[in-house]
Amino acid sequence: MIDETVDKSKRQFLTTALTVVGAVGTGYLAVPFLSQMQPSVKAMAAGAPVEVDISKIEEGQLIRVAWRGKPVWVLQRSPETLETLKTLDGQLRDPQSNESEQPASSKNPARSMKPEIFVAVGLCTHLGCSPTFRPEVAPHDLGADWKGGFFCPCHGSWFDLAGRVYKGVPAPTNLEVPPYRYVTDSLIIVGEEEKTA
Amino acid sequence: MNLKPTRLRMCGNWVLDRFPLAQVWNEHMAHYYAPKNFNFWYFFGSLALLVLVNQFITGILLTMNYKPDAKFAFDSVEYIMRDVNWGWLVRYMHSTGASAFFIVIYMHMFRGLLYGSFKQPRELIWIFGMLLFVALMAEAFMGYLLPWGQMSYWGAQVIISLFSAIPVVGDDLALWIRGDYVISDATLNRFFAFHVIAVPLVLVLLVFMHIVALHEVGSNNPDGVDIKKSKDPWGHPTDGIPFHPYYTVKDVVGVAVFLIFFATVIFYMPEMGGYFLEHANFIPADPMKTPEHIAPVWYFTPFYSILRAIPDKFAGVIGMGGAIVVLFLLPWLDRGKVKSIRYRGGIYKKALMLFVVSFIALGYLGTQPVTPLATVMARIFTAYYFGFFLLMPIYTRWEKLKPVPNHITMEPTLEERIPEMKAVFDEVTLVTDGENSKRGFNPTGAKNVLIRTAKNLKESLD
Repeated sequence: MIDETVDKSKRQFLTTALTVVGAVGTGYLAVPFLSQMQPSVKAMAAGAPVEVDISKIEEGQLIRVAWRGKPVWVLQRSPETLETLKTLDGQLRDPQSNESEQPASSKNPARSMKPEIFVAVGLCTHLGCSPTFRPEVAPHDLGADWKGGFFCPCHGSWFDLAGRVYKGVPAPTNLEVPPYRYVTDSLIIVGEEEKTA
Repeated sequence: MNLKPTRLRMCGNWVLDRFPLAQVWNEHMAHYYAPKNFNFWYFFGSLALLVLVNQFITGILLTMNYKPDAKFAFDSVEYIMRDVNWGWLVRYMHSTGASAFFIVIYMHMFRGLLYGSFKQPRELIWIFGMLLFVALMAEAFMGYLLPWGQMSYWGAQVIISLFSAIPVVGDDLALWIRGDYVISDATLNRFFAFHVIAVPLVLVLLVFMHIVALHEVGSNNPDGVDIKKSKDPWGHPTDGIPFHPYYTVKDVVGVAVFLIFFATVIFYMPEMGGYFLEHANFIPADPMKTPEHIAPVWYFTPFYSILRAIPDKFAGVIGMGGAIVVLFLLPWLDRGKVKSIRYRGGIYKKALMLFVVSFIALGYLGTQPVTPLATVMARIFTAYYFGFFLLMPIYTRWEKLKPVPNHITMEPTLEERIPEMKAVFDEVTLVTDGENSKRGFNPTGAKNVLIRTAKNLKESLD
């Protein structure tokens, strides 16, 4: 050895510098790799609005349409149903829909633009199953407290016929109401909001 | 004698001079000393390896005909089942193998609970094992989406939605996992990639680390005795025997018995009454309609029950995840000084028995529809599940331990127990009348035998 003392600080500097540069490089490479798994441009563009003809819908009838790959329900409610809905507030978690997703035009107790026609995304806000439509009152499997509504078979969440969630079930919020507007009295477009004048 | 090496031996030596094959073989097989008292519960490690190989081979064959495309996936599975030569066999071996994997792994984990195999110095083996369990669950879950049936679709919908319960980032995370706003072709395609390439690689790596860690500290045994404490003059443990040939041969017996059950399921009940392959999965995925009754495959149902039992979205997900996390913490929750259940106090034996009952009960409830009674039951068993683990630091301190022997104890073989069994048989079937005795039912003898059995049972639980 010519020189007994080794300047370790230079080695340390090089090690640190290499580590930092390597980490930054890895970080930059992680962006395209992780971003690759995001929805593609094509998937994002596929959310076109759909038209629903409601001229033939009957009282108590529910029709299903696909919007962005999700089931959307359109339900014609009877006046009796709307009366029942008003009596349920005490049993509901969010009767005024303060914490739930809906366009401003549907933020009312019946959760719809026109009280009779109810439009909602048919996916439970718990873990995304599609609840079953159970309009009958007090069926034997659901018990005497059932006033008609939507029952999620996966984890037992209850919703009334305005898609409002009951207390004491796993679902946290009311069913989502998608943006929609009336073109005519018998034609709805789901996926477009009412233009605010 | 002709000492000239044969050509084959020369080829062998050429390799051995360049690759430490003999060294690896000796270290892990021929000179790896395992305790000599392994019992039934020690079959499941090697069986897990066998099932892993089965999944690899059948899985590779399945990818040759399967199409990971939402338009073709369901039909390609039917094509494998109907038109590909022996396709049904390969697919049933793979689907039955998935369930068999979990049966074997649950038994393997239970063995750990019985004999304290997770305790010092084997904590890291347990951690690697738990990581394997989690990777296996991911592998099974993603594989279940591939047939693109109703249960595949809605099962994936529910499980991915679990991530959306995480505050703030949850929705974006679920979107990132799906690659679309709903479960779609993008999701199917990436799950295929994970199922076929990414997770199997992780599994192999973890199995390697699990075994390396095991062979570093050596195997535990039903007595929980450290066999390295006493060694013969050559440095081998006196209570140990070389893994090869003793345990390789023993494991072959285990494999043969396992294959009898495995083949029976494959050939006679591949759907296992809807538990291994669910009925709703024979209907193509329909994003508009959830099946009336959805339940995960049986091996996820205990955790699914815990999720359903908690009436709050975020808390439910925490409960489900927590049920797995507590298992990771087991080596530090259990403060009992003794490893094997044979020398542990009655409180742990009873706690473990109740835990097994609640785990099976949760599993059963998870396959059933939600009713108010079932929910109450699930809540009780969920409370017990967590109680078993979280109260462990307290109740394992109260244990009245029994003295642990210095050496491994050997259980008498069946042959050695014949006189003892004959004595019991005579006690029940020999009626003594003065000098003569004749065969016949002896009620007093039967009563005595029953009382002794009950006493022994009670004693074994103390």
